[in-house]
Amino acid sequence: MYKKRSFWLTVVAVSLFFLFIYVAQNSLDAYIIRILNVAAIYVILGVSLNLINGFTGQFSLGHAGFMAIGAYASALLYMSPQLKAMNFFIKPLIWPLSEIQMPFFPALLIGGLLAAGAGFLVGAPCLRVKGDYLAIVTYGFSEIIRVLFNNLQSVTNGPLGLKGLPTYTNLWWSWGWAIFTIFFIKRLIDSSYGRALKAIRDDESAAEAMGVNLLYHKTLAFVVGAFFAGIAGGLLGSLVMTIDPNAFNIFLTFQIVLIVLLGGLGSITGTVIMGAAMAFLMELLRAVEVPMNFFGITIPGIPGMRMLIFSIILMIAVLFFRRGIIGDREFSWEGFISFFKGRPSRGREGE
Amino acid sequence: MELLKIEDLTKRFGGLVAVNRFSLSLSQGDLAGLIGPNGAGKTTIFNLITGVYKPTEGKIIFMNKDITQKKPHQITALGIARTFQNIRLFSKLSVLDNVKVAFHLRLRSNIFAAVFDTPGYSKQELEMEAKAEELLKAVGLLELKNERASALPYGHQRKLEIARALATQPKLLLLDEPAAGMNPEETIGLMRFIQKIKEDFDLTILLIEHDMKVVMGICEKITVLDHGSVIARGTPEEIQNNPEVIKAYLGTGGVYARS
Repeated sequence: MYKKRSFWLTVVAVSLFFLFIYVAQNSLDAYIIRILNVAAIYVILGVSLNLINGFTGQFSLGHAGFMAIGAYASALLYMSPQLKAMNFFIKPLIWPLSEIQMPFFPALLIGGLLAAGAGFLVGAPCLRVKGDYLAIVTYGFSEIIRVLFNNLQSVTNGPLGLKGLPTYTNLWWSWGWAIFTIFFIKRLIDSSYGRALKAIRDDESAAEAMGVNLLYHKTLAFVVGAFFAGIAGGLLGSLVMTIDPNAFNIFLTFQIVLIVLLGGLGSITGTVIMGAAMAFLMELLRAVEVPMNFFGITIPGIPGMRMLIFSIILMIAVLFFRRGIIGDREFSWEGFISFFKGRPSRGREGE
Repeated sequence: MELLKIEDLTKRFGGLVAVNRFSLSLSQGDLAGLIGPNGAGKTTIFNLITGVYKPTEGKIIFMNKDITQKKPHQITALGIARTFQNIRLFSKLSVLDNVKVAFHLRLRSNIFAAVFDTPGYSKQELEMEAKAEELLKAVGLLELKNERASALPYGHQRKLEIARALATQPKLLLLDEPAAGMNPEETIGLMRFIQKIKEDFDLTILLIEHDMKVVMGICEKITVLDHGSVIARGTPEEIQNNPEVIKAYLGTGGVYARS
């Protein structure tokens, strides 16, 4: 009974949300729409990283690498041959890629699948290492991708990057994928597979003794996480219209890790809230990067000041809110309803 | 029928011989004990049987299959389950989910079927739920099924660990010090419980235990280990009167006097 009610409430909420998207896409100004798009991309990134870091307990710093693969692969597929020729003026793009052009959706999908493939290649051998070592290896992977893309002139155009990308990304694409990501990963972690992942997080040896295939399930988390990171990369490329390898550096990964940590390891609700909040915060904090006048003292605008503030937020979070804004609790309709009825809610693990 | 046969099992960690030419044979329906002083290599033997460690030498045959090189999860799937000396539950999962994890290895749906909740997957999930509740009822934890595992009192955690092991549908159950940390009353309850699950689930049990009352009370066959080697085998009476065993546990009084 509860399950059925929750299902319909979710359907209604998602419909209302898409109605909001429809109104927003048609009436809000371009600046706000852009922030909302970025918010969706952060949500996809945060939720997919949380699958690896929060639910499976594998500390990965490879998300920027997966994003780069998705962004480049999809861009090279949806760009028109003329645009490619204009971009690749130092060294021409290698043959089949220079002729292919396909619509946005399949391009995005292939980008995601290639990122998932990278997730598999990285995941399988990497998972022999644990904890801090895994973080170092995955960070290494992400750097290798960056350096590789900087030097594969005839495929990625090297440090020149790809410019003038067509802007397909709108609120429908970005939030559509964000909702799908939330749906997919929420259902995954609530399924039998999800229980196996959480068992690995809680106690690897015990999980193995209960018959959980460690290699398979850890790789699974990496593949699924990398797929959505690749999709987010593709969406981001088409949103900002230009991509270059150095955009996918450790600071990008750091931002996503921040979303996951502040939102709460193991909480999709917290990650969604934090991902969306991060997009707005990044814009609001632009204020600190312009020159300021304090009682006659002029402080010059320093680019990157925002990251300093985020670092401070991260330190405060680690010291005082170690479990993020809502710990590992999740939103549930039962909890929501009993909150308004004034009854104490069970609070966790509900549909 | 011979269920488990261990031949000349040896495990060396560098220069240390943790287990030395250990042999053991268990028949279907046995309730056997493995005892020995601290550091004798008992838990190492469990880790070798379950595939956590790879043996340096020797063979482990389970139901006529060589499992020596198999991975832990494969061995569990074949029908060997275990509990741990220091309880290892999935602390953030609910009591029910702890048991459900153990059914995962028998799941026949792929990940997409699970995510999109196909009728086939849905049916298996319901079966898992029913079976898990049945097991929790058998160990008396059904009312606590929605609690976090870490919130349970110690005795209940032990029982949950056994319930979780039973959920893998084992033929052989390895219990590593099930009575550790229990008071005499709880220990008696545990002895009855072990005998009951052995009958109800048609199990063969091998247990490590320091509490002699448990070992002598319920085990039919006992193997005594000291410094990695078997020093005695037999029924509880034979073991109690074996001078080698007494020496291993208590030492010999005369050594200092003579030298």
